[in-house]
Amino acid sequence: MTAPVAELSALEAYPTVAGPGVAAIAFVPRSDYKAVVGQLKADGFEMVSDVCAVDYLVADARTLPDAVRPARFEVVCNLLSMSRRIRVRLRVQVPESDPVVDSLFEHYAGVEAMEREAFDLVGIRFAGHPDLSRILLPEEWEGHPLRKDYGIGRVPVQFKSTPGPR
Amino acid sequence: MENDEQVTTVSRPMWPTEETSEGSQELFPRQETDPAALGREVGAVLRLPEGPSIDPTQIDVERFDDETMIINMGPQHPSTHGVLRLMLELDGEVVLRTKPIIGYLHTGMEKQAEDLSYLQGSTNVTRMDYLAPLHNELVFSLATEALLQVELPRRATYIRMLMTELNRITSHLMWMATNGMDMGSTSMMIYGFRERELVLSFFEKTTGLRMNHNYIRPGGVAADLPDGWEDDIQVICDTVEARTYEYDELLTGQAIFRGRMEGIGNLTAEEALSLSVTGPLLRSTGVPWDLRRTMPYLAYDEVDFDVIVGTYGDNFDRYSIRLNEIRESVKIVRQLLENMPEGDYRVQDRKVTPPPRGRIDASMEALIHHFKIFTEGFSVPEGEVYVAIESPRGELGCYLASDGGPKPYRMHIRGPSFVNLQALPLLMRGGLLSDAVAVISSVDPVMGEVDR
Repeated sequence: MTAPVAELSALEAYPTVAGPGVAAIAFVPRSDYKAVVGQLKADGFEMVSDVCAVDYLVADARTLPDAVRPARFEVVCNLLSMSRRIRVRLRVQVPESDPVVDSLFEHYAGVEAMEREAFDLVGIRFAGHPDLSRILLPEEWEGHPLRKDYGIGRVPVQFKSTPGPR
Repeated sequence: MENDEQVTTVSRPMWPTEETSEGSQELFPRQETDPAALGREVGAVLRLPEGPSIDPTQIDVERFDDETMIINMGPQHPSTHGVLRLMLELDGEVVLRTKPIIGYLHTGMEKQAEDLSYLQGSTNVTRMDYLAPLHNELVFSLATEALLQVELPRRATYIRMLMTELNRITSHLMWMATNGMDMGSTSMMIYGFRERELVLSFFEKTTGLRMNHNYIRPGGVAADLPDGWEDDIQVICDTVEARTYEYDELLTGQAIFRGRMEGIGNLTAEEALSLSVTGPLLRSTGVPWDLRRTMPYLAYDEVDFDVIVGTYGDNFDRYSIRLNEIRESVKIVRQLLENMPEGDYRVQDRKVTPPPRGRIDASMEALIHHFKIFTEGFSVPEGEVYVAIESPRGELGCYLASDGGPKPYRMHIRGPSFVNLQALPLLMRGGLLSDAVAVISSVDPVMGEVDR
């Protein structure tokens, strides 16, 4: 499934690593994220396969190239080129204090639901998204469940004549 | 009551935090919607970034409000295939705006996956797309194996292909059945379920369960094929293939059925690509994109099959694609039956695969491995990977990030029907309310996967 590493001029300036099934995994700063995706689109990447967000609250959960400054959140965008039959993955570091990245809606209308999901479950705001509302959870839900500091939740088991656990 | 101050009523505020006050998920009357948002809702064509039609101020917002009506369809509606809720703005019988509202089946499976070991993980993902459970297990297992960097035995790969192709047949048969029901053809519903049952009983024989099998696991499959499986497969192939020609007679040439399917719910290739639509929906627009062919996984480069594409992107194309994909899957299953290799059905690596029961009594090593795998689970090297396969509904992806421990740090499933639902407002725009049911059916959403 490994595709040949292609010449991707849009990613030249950024640190990249190799991985199974992708031509390149690039670490793009969030200020350049939208522009890089725009260049990749012009370069033959017709479709966004997936956009999701990861909460790296546990700092040693990953190793990054030296040039990348780690931040708590990471937005992961998987792009697909049908004409060249390769995939490219962009990983964008998003700080906790200001969890905002540009929306890709102007380039690919199909990210609408995926970005809403990332907002709903991880709490990343996408600047320029047309309708950033919750998609899977009810509107009045508090918090973002896929953050690592959000408990997994449980239903207490209650037995007769004993007080239930708190 | 005298002492009012002491009674504190706990009421849930409408917008408890800043973060959740981003707006409502619902559809509102025209005078309460600003023109730009209305522009996006009035047909998702306007969602497309390029082209003159995108300017939201140019569209016909000048409609008198008392002529239109906002109605709610679902989440409890027999034709919404589960708990899909649609808000529709109607002018008489014509659909003007559609907004799918989802989340009624959200059970937090991605969060749950972070608390389950890799061995338990396939029991979790199999419950997402409940009509194609083996595909979910497959994509999760492939992602785990990509991180583990284990090589599968050839027989395991072939068994996986055999089972997922049979699963594709059941999923498409189920779609033929429910689509028939939505179109008013109850005979098709009964026939579809009848043939599906044939394959499901083979699943039961092999995996022990009709659905939610937990059969494909990281490292291989749970059990070898049962004795005499060749005869069962032969019967399934012959029966299903012959029956597809009966469906042709029942539906394909029938004037009423064609009248309700042809030219309804049109989609162009540009719209489909822009909305990230995959699967039969994308192929109906004429784009020959099938991951089994274009980015082969397992051993799909060793079997011969055709990628079915449509021309017009309407409901009838999607019907024909699914019907013919059943035949192509039968073709693949026949080749697998002929070429099934001998050997192990799972990796013989004791760090990943539990030892056989007989060894546990004889070997201390085996007992330790057994105990470690079922209590702590096996550790997966640190890294992240995105693996995609072609499920009956489109590109099913799994993004897996591991921190080196026995549980995934983050697992994300890219559900094809979750993304494909975005095309619904576009497909419904300008159509009749009675066709809306046909359009929902042709998108083939499985809400378990949409909401996860």
